[in-house]
Amino acid sequence: MKKFASLYATLDATTKTTEKVDALTQYFSESSPSDAAWAVYFLSGRKLRQVIPTRKLQIWAAEIAGIPDWLFEESRSTVGDLAETIALILPSQTEGTHRPLAEWVEQVLLTLRDASEEQQKLAVLAAWSSMDHQQAFVWNKLITGSFRVGVSQLLVTRALSRVSGASTEAIAHRLMGDWQPTSAFFAGLISTDHSDSDVSRPYPFCLAHALAGPPEDLGNIDDWQAEWKWDGIRSQFIRRVGQTFVWSRGEELVTERYPELKQLGESIPEGSVIDGEILPWKDGHVLPFAELQRRIGRKTIEKKLLEEVPVVLMAYDLIESNGLDVRNRPMEWRRTKLEEMAAVVSSPTFHLSKLVSADSWTDLAAKREMSRSHNVEGLMLKRKISPYRVGRVTGDWWKWKINPLTVDAVLIYAQGGSGKRAGLFTDYTFGVWDDGKLVTIAKAYSGLTDDEIKQVDAFVRRNTLETFGPVRTVKPELVFELGFEGIQKSSRHKSGIAVRFPRMLRWRTDKPAAEADTLATVRKLLPGGSE
Amino acid sequence: MTTHLIIQTDRGLLCPPGDFYIDPWKPVDRAVITHAHSDHARAGSARYLCAQVGRGILQTRLGSTAMIDSLAFGEVVTHNGVQVSFHPAGHVLGSSQIRVEFKGEVWIVTGDYKLDADSTCAPFENLRCHSLLTESTFGLPVYRWAPSSEVFAEINGWWQTNREAGKASLLFGYSLGKAQRLISGLDASIGPIYLHGAVERMTQEYRAAEVSLPPTTPVSMAPTGTKWGGAMIIAPPSAHHSPWARKFAPVSTAMASGWMRVRGTRRRRAVDRGFVFSDHVDWPGLMATVKASEAEHVWVTHGFIEPVVRWFRESGLDAHAMRTAYEGEADEPEVSE
Repeated sequence: MKKFASLYATLDATTKTTEKVDALTQYFSESSPSDAAWAVYFLSGRKLRQVIPTRKLQIWAAEIAGIPDWLFEESRSTVGDLAETIALILPSQTEGTHRPLAEWVEQVLLTLRDASEEQQKLAVLAAWSSMDHQQAFVWNKLITGSFRVGVSQLLVTRALSRVSGASTEAIAHRLMGDWQPTSAFFAGLISTDHSDSDVSRPYPFCLAHALAGPPEDLGNIDDWQAEWKWDGIRSQFIRRVGQTFVWSRGEELVTERYPELKQLGESIPEGSVIDGEILPWKDGHVLPFAELQRRIGRKTIEKKLLEEVPVVLMAYDLIESNGLDVRNRPMEWRRTKLEEMAAVVSSPTFHLSKLVSADSWTDLAAKREMSRSHNVEGLMLKRKISPYRVGRVTGDWWKWKINPLTVDAVLIYAQGGSGKRAGLFTDYTFGVWDDGKLVTIAKAYSGLTDDEIKQVDAFVRRNTLETFGPVRTVKPELVFELGFEGIQKSSRHKSGIAVRFPRMLRWRTDKPAAEADTLATVRKLLPGGSE
Repeated sequence: MTTHLIIQTDRGLLCPPGDFYIDPWKPVDRAVITHAHSDHARAGSARYLCAQVGRGILQTRLGSTAMIDSLAFGEVVTHNGVQVSFHPAGHVLGSSQIRVEFKGEVWIVTGDYKLDADSTCAPFENLRCHSLLTESTFGLPVYRWAPSSEVFAEINGWWQTNREAGKASLLFGYSLGKAQRLISGLDASIGPIYLHGAVERMTQEYRAAEVSLPPTTPVSMAPTGTKWGGAMIIAPPSAHHSPWARKFAPVSTAMASGWMRVRGTRRRRAVDRGFVFSDHVDWPGLMATVKASEAEHVWVTHGFIEPVVRWFRESGLDAHAMRTAYEGEADEPEVSE
């Protein structure tokens, strides 16, 4: 636990990739395989289900510190993080525990699940009293299932590769899917024998950056393949040895949630892996993302929902063909293979992503302007000679999204941020005018510069009208231009409207609150115009 | 209804029977100053009164034309029947608590203070009073300071590591007080210590007041071509990311401040290291001070006013908020430390 807590502190303190990889490399070379397995598990973003409600932890910690609940709450809202607040108010323990990470997890954390509340409390208090500040912080993150640190899985793979000599691709592949963090798994993870395979195992996804400059900078348009950028769940569809597996981008196996796709597997040739998007699709049209959300997270699907929100697979790419990994073949070659497959697969749930052809970038830009009417987010540009790479790469694949819908709204509530933004008011709720009153239209957290955040934070502190717990009602004075990707009717929101991916585009210091948009104007942005 | 001995006005804290202000933020006839930090000592008043040992710094800060009288710690002056005296606050050189007594009633205005060891100024003196007016910059139980010897060990360890890696160590701390306290704890056998101009000016005042500090050199006096690897440079936080700081590369940066106790603030500063090191009282210190004062009435100024007031009320004290123009809820190390 000492080494893991100190690794966390090092990773947390630096933004330099080389220093992070060095720290990881050192950790993996010094740790036992059982500790290393758990470290990989947590560092790659996997989480154990929370076993003790945070509320309980808060009460126990306040009890030990001898402070009332409201004072703990005040502290937490300043610190911005529950696990850290607890660690900060606990009596200091300078020596810390020497017990290994794997033991803490397997012999303490995992046994908490089936323990009585009394036993849980005893175990947690005993853990706290044996840990130093840094360990208690990491421990709290682990038991609350909120452990996060600024390393990508890519850096973890790089460090593991450096320690073991196994290739980063093999390690990345072995990290996909379901696995148990045991010493045996870790031995396999860093094995230099690359012949391993697993029928369900997906490939790491190839991701794209947003195109920032003009498309002309990409060179000749004939070197590029353009497709619509759909808004669904990016997934990998696997058909091997007569079985079907559907993985989401979050590396979650979701086959059982989409019986339509499981059935589709019957018509897909053996030894195929398709990169595509799960889309809600009905009567020849894509449905809004919010409809798909009704199916995400549901393990058992009622018949009614299946009828209301059927899904399809929009196929983008073929990365395994006839049982062979074809990721290093050019995009153009893989596209041809995908088209050949589409020609023989006759299933209403299988859609081949259409190519958007254009003679020039200007022509393509004009087609991109039509995105909203196709219910897509814009275009995807892929270099025809590009391999299917690992992770978010620069140069070969680009997202070329359309400009967002915008609305000028007034800041009405503010709440403290967390993590790096702890102690600052960074989470905002915005309203638009309706009949002389402001109705909530969206919440947004991102889009302001650090300087602007400071200014808004100072404004919030000086102009608080009311405080409800962590939320402050502020004088309706500041106007921001909000951008969002989609808008639709919603009965769950007071305004009757739900927006997708709202963020602040700019601070309209030139606009008084009275001139912000009205709900009527916002309704006009709904598909089909006004209500 | 009894009138209070100290009240808040739009010019600052006023003692009505004595007709003087304590740390006024607007020009007044008579200003009694707790210490020379800019949010407490503002220019423009007709006459100033401060503790003797802090006079030099105050004069430097306010300009040579400011009319400043001073008193030794503990010396009492009576003005309009009000007895006024200065007592060490342990915040920076010359920082004082102001004791005000009128017809047997005693008020203490702490100004900024801390209880921790600091060889660069006189230690905080616990005084008894009826009403205590305390700061609350770090008035939450998450703010607790480790002994300064531990922090110095961390700082010197960081310096040593940087030296071995051929890097300079650039340490940020407020130029009056924090910087000199940092210098006092540095192990000069590790390497040379250089100072930013703003820090240098204040350090000269400390040396003039015979505070013992290891030898230092102003950065501006370093010959061109100086190799900065292994050196320690002390600078105010405003120098972070400035063109001035570029010449020290390769460099490791650190910030010394009480705000570094919280991870989010530490990360926001974008420095390589954050040392939890404050010249303000921490939560246990605040509790201990109020208790030792035996005050029945507690007035809470700049910082976490509401929670501190509520806490003392729930502990059975008569506690109130006192709004001041000192750097209230500021969460930025440069302004408040």
